[in-house]
Amino acid sequence: MAEAQNIPVGSTTAGQIAVAAESTVATRMSAPPSFDVADFPVPHGREEEWRFTPLERLRGLHDGTAVATGEGVKVAVEAPEGVTVETVDRGDARIGRAGTPVDRIAAQAYSAFEKAGVVTVPKETVLTEPIRIAVHGEGGVAYGHQVVELGAFAEAVVVIDHTGDAVLAANVDYILGDGAKLTVVSVQDWDDKAVHVGQHNALIGRDATFKSFVVTFGGDLVRLHPRVAYAGPGGEAELFGLYFTDAGQHQEHRLLVDHNTPHCKSNVAYKGALQGEGAHAVWIGDVLIEAKAEGTDTYEMNRNLVLTDGARVDSVPNLEIETGEIVGAGHASATGRFDDEQLFYLMARGIPADEARRLVVRGFFAELVQQIGVDDIQARLLEKIDEELEASV
Amino acid sequence: MATLEIRDLRVTVEADNATKEILKGVDLTVKQGETHAIMGPNGSGKSTLAYSLAGHPKYTITGGTVTLDGEDVLEMSVDERARAGLFLAMQYPVEVPGVSVSNFLRTSATAIRGEAPKLRTWVKEVKEAMERLHMDPSFAERNVNEGFSGGEKKRHEILQLELLKPKIAILDETDSGLDVDALRVVSEGVNRVRESGEVGTLLITHYTRILRYIKPDFVHVFSGGRIVESGGAELADKLENEGYEAYTKGGVSA
Repeated sequence: MAEAQNIPVGSTTAGQIAVAAESTVATRMSAPPSFDVADFPVPHGREEEWRFTPLERLRGLHDGTAVATGEGVKVAVEAPEGVTVETVDRGDARIGRAGTPVDRIAAQAYSAFEKAGVVTVPKETVLTEPIRIAVHGEGGVAYGHQVVELGAFAEAVVVIDHTGDAVLAANVDYILGDGAKLTVVSVQDWDDKAVHVGQHNALIGRDATFKSFVVTFGGDLVRLHPRVAYAGPGGEAELFGLYFTDAGQHQEHRLLVDHNTPHCKSNVAYKGALQGEGAHAVWIGDVLIEAKAEGTDTYEMNRNLVLTDGARVDSVPNLEIETGEIVGAGHASATGRFDDEQLFYLMARGIPADEARRLVVRGFFAELVQQIGVDDIQARLLEKIDEELEASV
Repeated sequence: MATLEIRDLRVTVEADNATKEILKGVDLTVKQGETHAIMGPNGSGKSTLAYSLAGHPKYTITGGTVTLDGEDVLEMSVDERARAGLFLAMQYPVEVPGVSVSNFLRTSATAIRGEAPKLRTWVKEVKEAMERLHMDPSFAERNVNEGFSGGEKKRHEILQLELLKPKIAILDETDSGLDVDALRVVSEGVNRVRESGEVGTLLITHYTRILRYIKPDFVHVFSGGRIVESGGAELADKLENEGYEAYTKGGVSA
């Protein structure tokens, strides 16, 4: 195996651009992708993909001791006319097509779910109203799988809303036909004790556009793994995320964009605010440009705003390039503080302390929130941000 | 007429696990329409005076009084002081990530004026004020002080002074780090506000250079945590020629 040559760039938190003969993104995982949980060793915490995660707070999702209970979560789907909503057995051919589990919990979810939800938007159907999937935790342990498939040239917005309390491992597949346009907003607005782990796979068809917003507020531990691959040239992925990590919360977003096809684009922008003792956010941004992916254009960015002492951010952008024939590739990561001097400055201009904090955090998130384009979701997110801030003052 | 009265102000600061007295009894009265220059060597306590008046939490008031039109300033929080009409143009304005200049100015003006300025007149007001300070319109979309040059930071401070129209403006070494052109632009801004006759100005500086552009009514020499000599503009000329030596020698700064 060839050694990857790692060239650190810029003043990122822990970023690197690797020029690799073989992908380190793939090889640093402890096992190859598999649908079978038995193919993954039980993590001990020192593996590259687990080293930031407090295993003891996974409530047994990682070692097979978390057994599904009857009332784990309730899923309700609200879809406009023309959309097919089904519950299917695991034999259904659409399941798992967008990607294969890459870690033990994703494989555990895949091995343990009983029924999968499938939402299908037929080809050339353009929806004017969002599809809403409400996942409400009822306090139990659950494994799940959801497929969202858009036929060729279909257009849809899907909002997946996670609320309540649960220990949940669930994967989501997004399958986009040629020329399809899908916007997904996944909101993790869990109660304080919830644990949520999942892998989100998007397979983007030729000339299709995938836009994803991952919004994480709640939970004791949330660990999501959004992944994108392309089924044909001309595909575009925009992966946006925002998280507000409070005292004691662990929120981890691990992204992979696999440029496995020529002439595709990706743009990743995740922003997080942290406050309180023990707040821990982890952002891993892997972008892989395979040798055959000529004409790739990619950029990834992570910004964090630390509002108080005692919070911790691990931000690791990782760009791996196997061909020089690309349009562009870049990454950035920065973590800033909102400190007493900034507070003083704003207050010295007449702005009360709580409003000063709100101003800073709203401003920080605004550019991302505005791109969602779904009014009630945008309004709710801004409200939620204000609530989070009020809780801290 | 607005009057800021400082009486026997004593201030300490915690440094190296010790409490150090920085201001040792400052007496000063600044009235609307007046310009007072406070001059002194480094470490004399000039900036401490500025930040103490604005209410920076680092400084502890151990004695004396500060009133604005009879109201007890020392009892007010930082934002209350600003809304009461005190303005501090800072020597080192901090970066505020995520907040654009335009959003910041509007939020601040809303807080100071007690109501949101009407959007149309506000946009015009800001635009004109920026033009007068030779600031590019794109400036409004940048984050507060983020990546600003020294000159841009000071212009931004004076822009706020022009828009917020305080009763008492404290300018803490606004001239430091400016080249002659920037100094002229910034001074013109200060003079525009002064010409309104509605602001009392406390101009804190190490150098006499800025006093060629902004003519003070009174000059005070600050040394060892208090005012050691007061006079008219002619006192600045004396300092220009003789420096601070006369004030730092002997027991004054001890």
